[in-house]
Amino acid sequence: MKEDYTYVVLADDDEDDRLFFSEAFDELKMQTKVDIYKDGVALMLALNKSDSILPNILFLDLNMPMKSGLECLKEIKTNQRFKDIAIAIYSTSASEEDIEDTFVNGANIYIKKPNNFNTLKKILSDVVTMNWQYHTNGLNKDNFLLRL
Amino acid sequence: MKIFIKFDFTQFCSKVIDEKLTELGIKYRMMNFGEIEFLEIVPEDKMQAFDSILTDYGIEKIENQKVILVQKMKDTIIDMVMNANENINVKSSVYLSEKLGHSYGYLSNLFSEVTYTSVENFIILQRIEYAKSLMINTELSLTEIAFKLQYSSVAHLSTQFKNNTGITPTTFQRIIAKRRELNANKN
Repeated sequence: MKEDYTYVVLADDDEDDRLFFSEAFDELKMQTKVDIYKDGVALMLALNKSDSILPNILFLDLNMPMKSGLECLKEIKTNQRFKDIAIAIYSTSASEEDIEDTFVNGANIYIKKPNNFNTLKKILSDVVTMNWQYHTNGLNKDNFLLRL
Repeated sequence: MKIFIKFDFTQFCSKVIDEKLTELGIKYRMMNFGEIEFLEIVPEDKMQAFDSILTDYGIEKIENQKVILVQKMKDTIIDMVMNANENINVKSSVYLSEKLGHSYGYLSNLFSEVTYTSVENFIILQRIEYAKSLMINTELSLTEIAFKLQYSSVAHLSTQFKNNTGITPTTFQRIIAKRRELNANKN
């Protein structure tokens, strides 16, 4: 049982956000592996392959063309195979409605995209560490709600 | 021609270890699988020979006493959180160091090194998780939960809950209730 890194996947249609995201992970203390998709359709296509390696944490932008983050979330939640993936919503929106709606639909984490890079690093580090605690201590993922 | 085999991994490893230790003339006792107790002092050269045999078979000796000690710390903390009212007046640092026989300074450094979090944060996390499960699975009010978990007040519990999760206990309860409703409608 060797799991000494966290596998992270992001789906985001904004190029700058994708770039910041992967750079932030490069500078984290914890071992991570990051894969990035440009939209929800590409993400779901990759996840749905029967031999796909599943991420420990999946970050979803909410507003994406063709398939939104919420649609991806709902689709993921109907598939038992994906039940162990922690889902983080990663959005510019901070409307209470979006937050509650995604949590109710099964998201574990809601992140409002920060404006500065250092804050982003801090937030992503917190997310990975918290997920690690749930993962290594057998805590109940159904109760895993985190808003940053 | 092709054949298919199926093997019992535990039996295989036990047999390898038994053969090799007997060959080396080391007296031992196999505890629950994974733990071997040597019944006499093993000379350095024999131990090295045993190590290299294990490596050949892809069996790894866990040298890391640190990981084992950290696991004991976690178990102690969880027990402490679950049975909060029984050890009133004892600070968690004192309790841990007495129970495990190491100084708290040593224990807390070790803990941070192995788990990516501090002892303090781990205790808070466990208390919050316990509070969550009580909120969902029992009829206890927030006041009763705060009391049970040794918080000085409901406000203290609520603040710590909000700081830790980013949402209030009330929002948490509402979200979980709505989720259950949604799932019930699906089925």
